[in-house]
Amino acid sequence: MTMTATLEATETAVRLTGVRKTFGHGNRAVTALDGIDLRVAPGEFVCLLGASGCGKTTVLNLIAGLDEPSSGKIELTTSRPAVMFQEAALMPWLTAARNVELPLRLAGVRKADRETRTQELLDLVRLGGVGDKRPHELSGGMRQRVALARALASALDGNRGEAASLLLMDEPFSALDAITRDVLQGELLRVWQTTRTAVVFVTHDVREAVRLGQRVVLLSSKPGRVVQEWSVTGLTGADELDAVAEINARLREVISSHAA
Amino acid sequence: MPREVLDPDKSTVDTASVEAGLDALDAPPTGSRSRRNLFRAVVSPIIAMVITVVIWQVLWSAAIWPEYQLPAPLTVGEQIWKITQTGQVWEFLWVSVHRAVIGFLVSVAVATPLGLLLAKVPLVRAAIGPLISGLQSLPSVAWVPAAVLWFGLTDGAIYTVVLLGAVPSIANGLVSGIDQIPPILPRVGKVLGAGRLDSARYILLPAALPGYLSGLKQGWAFSWRSLMAAELIATSPQLGFGLGQYLHNAMSLSDMSMVMAGILLIFLVGVGIELLVFRPMESAVLRARGLSGAL
Repeated sequence: MTMTATLEATETAVRLTGVRKTFGHGNRAVTALDGIDLRVAPGEFVCLLGASGCGKTTVLNLIAGLDEPSSGKIELTTSRPAVMFQEAALMPWLTAARNVELPLRLAGVRKADRETRTQELLDLVRLGGVGDKRPHELSGGMRQRVALARALASALDGNRGEAASLLLMDEPFSALDAITRDVLQGELLRVWQTTRTAVVFVTHDVREAVRLGQRVVLLSSKPGRVVQEWSVTGLTGADELDAVAEINARLREVISSHAA
Repeated sequence: MPREVLDPDKSTVDTASVEAGLDALDAPPTGSRSRRNLFRAVVSPIIAMVITVVIWQVLWSAAIWPEYQLPAPLTVGEQIWKITQTGQVWEFLWVSVHRAVIGFLVSVAVATPLGLLLAKVPLVRAAIGPLISGLQSLPSVAWVPAAVLWFGLTDGAIYTVVLLGAVPSIANGLVSGIDQIPPILPRVGKVLGAGRLDSARYILLPAALPGYLSGLKQGWAFSWRSLMAAELIATSPQLGFGLGQYLHNAMSLSDMSMVMAGILLIFLVGVGIELLVFRPMESAVLRARGLSGAL
């Protein structure tokens, strides 16, 4: 039986209640997540921060429905969140436009509608002109933007044709070079403001979390638990730097507690 | 003096143009293939062939081996010209090529579902996977005696040998094509909303296509080889007169120039079909995916 339910209330995009996840059985079982409680409001941008092994990717997989929690409850307002991974994972045999169109095709959207939607989404990520290029003809940053457009397209169906209401991102910029990452972070904020989707963004980069998120949630490692939360909405200049320093210090504390 | 904090949103250059600049700089160059590549692909094998014939001619002139072991290139050419003049060569080619094509198509029809089963059902793979791989390394000529005893000197015997040669390599090609799909692609398919059938149709099969195609190419080579082995050994008037029988006759007549003409024709058909059918198909598929190792 699935523990994932659809929320009726509109004040929450996703809610996790006491979510536990154990991999393996018996005395070789590993607890990845130990009682995660998290609520993300519609349109809210939340960054999940943590060192390796804190189960942040597991949280995302559970919300995305790629995995089932061992116990606890996950409630979503949308039946299909948009998901982006660290790799763009575009289908290499399809053009950029066809990649974006694929989820619409899977959802049985009519051809004319598919083409309009695809063009809108490509324009949204400023790739309107390269729809007929293949993934290998695009740079890493462009591929990741195509992947973003495709993820947003996949969410249309679960949301009755409306823009995505929940976007899940698993370190989507960590494999990119510094300049591209910086530009794409700006782009993501722009897309977020345009679409008003809620975002759960997994990262191990404190600066990135503070720059992007309205709220930063720090997870501990092995097992993953929520350690602390910070509201970082609209911080600029010195305040932003202070927040980064504070969160960094706490993260280091959590990591050093694992030293043998 | 207050330190200036650089805010990318307030700088004179807007994000859109920075991004457009990055896209232009980072996108891999899409240079068209140059004339030099074409030269390398077409002219270099021709030069290699000419050199081979020259060496052959020199060896023949040196008269190291008797004429019945090494005929002159020209004599072999005349042999081929002779059967072309009489029109016999078209009969040989038709008999052999149509058999190979039918055998190959039947092999594809058998091997494709077999490969899917092997790749997707662990029990099937554990049970007959090693057997199929083993069959691939078994020379198909070894099946000729058994096929002749089962079916007599009929087309059935010949097709049996062709199928036993080609089916394992096509099935194995499909299996390795499916095994080599990056695991992220089916996961992406799932989050994009693909069920089992949609996932097979829109993700697994296209992703496995390069492996499947190389299996088909190998399967064709095995069909052709197996067919020649079968025709060479199982000769009978009721089997028609193909290239294998031509070669067999040449051996009976101890006519070395005819033997070499037969080998040359078999080689030309095998290479010709590979170059005209499989190579363009494979390179189109690979190039579309940016895997342009092939020409």
